[in-house]
Amino acid sequence: MTESTFDRPAPALAAARRQNTIARRVRAISKLLIHLVLIVGGFAVLIPFFWMVSASLKPDWEIFQIPPTWIPEEPLWQNYAIVLTGNRPDAEGSRAGQGWSFMGFVWNTAYVTAWVMVGRLLTASLAAYGFARLRFPGRNVLFIIMLATMMVPGHVTMIPLYFIFKSLQTLDTYWPLVLPVWFGGGAFFIFLLRQFINSIPPDYDDAARIDGCSWLGVYWRIILPMIKPALGAVAIFSFMASWNDFMGPLIYISSMDKYTVAIGLHFFKNNASPAARPLWNLMMAASVVAMVPPLLLFFFAQRYYIQGIVVSGIKG
Amino acid sequence: MNTINAQSQGGEVAAGRFRMGRLARREALAGYLAIAPWLLGFLVFELGPLLTSLYLSFTKFDVLTTPKWVGFKNWDKMLFNDPLVWHSLKVTAIYSVGAVSLGLVLGLGLALLLNQDVAGLSYYRTVFYTPAVVSGAAVAMMWLLLLNPEAGVINRILAMVGIPGPAWLFDRQWALPAFIIMSIWGVGGGMVLYLAALQGVPTELYDAAMIDGAGAWPKLYFVTLPMISPVIFFNLVMGIIGSFQVFTSAFIMTKGGPANATYFFVLGIYLNAFQFLKMGYASALAWMLAVIILVLTLVAFRSSGRWVHYEGQIR
Repeated sequence: MTESTFDRPAPALAAARRQNTIARRVRAISKLLIHLVLIVGGFAVLIPFFWMVSASLKPDWEIFQIPPTWIPEEPLWQNYAIVLTGNRPDAEGSRAGQGWSFMGFVWNTAYVTAWVMVGRLLTASLAAYGFARLRFPGRNVLFIIMLATMMVPGHVTMIPLYFIFKSLQTLDTYWPLVLPVWFGGGAFFIFLLRQFINSIPPDYDDAARIDGCSWLGVYWRIILPMIKPALGAVAIFSFMASWNDFMGPLIYISSMDKYTVAIGLHFFKNNASPAARPLWNLMMAASVVAMVPPLLLFFFAQRYYIQGIVVSGIKG
Repeated sequence: MNTINAQSQGGEVAAGRFRMGRLARREALAGYLAIAPWLLGFLVFELGPLLTSLYLSFTKFDVLTTPKWVGFKNWDKMLFNDPLVWHSLKVTAIYSVGAVSLGLVLGLGLALLLNQDVAGLSYYRTVFYTPAVVSGAAVAMMWLLLLNPEAGVINRILAMVGIPGPAWLFDRQWALPAFIIMSIWGVGGGMVLYLAALQGVPTELYDAAMIDGAGAWPKLYFVTLPMISPVIFFNLVMGIIGSFQVFTSAFIMTKGGPANATYFFVLGIYLNAFQFLKMGYASALAWMLAVIILVLTLVAFRSSGRWVHYEGQIR
C-alpha cells in the first residue's frame, strides 16, 4: 500500500490515498477493540480483589444484602483492628481471646521468610558458583543429578522428611521450614543462578585470581556483585514461595502462637468463625492482610519481578 | 638440562609439577566446598527421603508402630482396588486439561493483543500479572467468597443479566469448573512470559513475511508461533506439572467435596498421610504422582521435536 505512487496518473493516486485512509481507520478501530478487550479483561482480574476488600469493610449483614452494594455504606475499619489484634469488642458467640492475632501471624511469616531467603541466597549462589566456575571431578554428573531433582515433586519426600524432623525433635518449630533451604536452596534456584554466572566472562575471575584473590574471594567480591539482578529475582521468588507456603506449616506447625499467615487463615476459617454463619467480613480482612505484603513488594519491585520472570520462566 | 634432570629426582621440577597439580586440586577442593551444602542437602533431604519413601510404600506404617513390610499390597490396592485413586486422577486430569489449555489460549491471546503496540502496555501488564503475585491460602479464601452462591460476585453479576448462577462449590457439576475458572484468573503469569517471547521475535521476519504478501494470520502461524514455540512448550510442561500438584485451594475450599468432585490427587496423598495416618499407602500414592509427572514430562519432551522450533538449532 505504501509503494511509490509518484509516476501514477492522478485517479490512481487518489485511490491509493483513499485506501490509505481506510487502512488507517481499520487500524484505529482494531486498536480500540483491543483496548476494549483488555479493559474488560482487566476488570475481570481486579473485581475479585475489589469484592474482597469491599466485603472486608462491611458488617456481616451487608455482605448478603440484595441488591449488592459495591462500596460499603459505612466502612467498618474496625474489622481490620479485630483481625490484626484478635480482640473482638462485641465478642458475640465468638471464641475471642483465644490468642490468635494476625499481627502475630504476619510477624511469624516474615521471620520464616527472612531466614529462608538468606539461606537460599547464600547457599544457592555458592553452589551455582561451584557448578559454573570451578572444575572438579564429577561436576557434570552432579549437575545433571541436580537438574533431575527438579522433576521430583516435593510430595514424595514429604513423609520421610516429617519423620526426620520428628526424630530431631523439631516438630512445631520453624527448623523444618528453614533448615533444608540452607542446604543449597533448591535446584531450580541454583540452576537459575548458574545460567546467570555463565553469562559473565571468566576473565574477571582470572584477573582477580592473578591479583591473589582466593576462590572464595572471587565468589564474594566478583561473582556476587555481578549477579545482583539474578539474586534479586531469587529473593523475590523465595519471598513469594515462603509467604504463600501452606503445606509446610500445615504439616509442621501446631501451636497457634507459631502459625504463619497461611495456616492462620485456615485456622480462622475452621475454628474462629462459626461454620453455620461464617464471619466473611473478618475472613476477608484477614485475607487482605495476608495479600498486602506480596502485593507491596510487587508494586515497588516490579521491574525486578518482570525481569526475574523473564530470566527464569517462573510464573509465580 | 642435566642439572634439572638431576634435581628432578626429588627436586624442583617434580615440585613444579606437583604445584600444578596442587592448583588444580585446590580448585577442585574449592569446588567441592562450594557445592557441599547442596550435596549434603541432596543426600539428607532429597535422596534419602526419596528412597525411604519408596521403602515405606511397601510397608504398613501408622506412625505409632514401626513400619511393617507388606510387599506389593499398597501398590496393588492403589492400582486395582481403590476407585478413589482413579477418581482423583480423573479429577486432576480434567482440571489439568481445562486449566492448562485455557491458560495457554488466553495467556497467549492476551500477550498477542498487548504486543500490538498498545498504549499503556505496562499498566495492563501490571494488572494482569497481579493475581500471579498472590497465591495460596488468601486467594483460596477470596474465591470462597467470590464463588459463594449468595454473597459471591460471580452469581451477583450473573443475576444482573438474569442468569441464575449455580451453587459452584456446593454443586458436584460445578465445583471442578469453579477451580478451572480460578486458575484462569491467574492467566497473567503465563502472559508475561509470552509477551517477553513475542517482543524477542526479530522484526525482519515480519518484514520478510510482509514482502511475501502474508497477512495477519499467516504471519501469526508461520512466524510468531514457531518463534515462540519454545516458550509455549516450557509453559505447557510447567503448567501440567503444576496442575497435578493442586493442594492448597482444594484443601481450604472444599476438602475434596462435594461427593469427591474436587478430590485432587495431592489432597489424597495428604489426607492418607496426615489424617488417616496411612503413611505407607500415602508413600505409594506419592510415588505414583512422581511417575505420572515424569512420564508426562518425557512425553512432552518427546513430542517437542515435532513442533518446537529452536532458532539456533542446527538440524
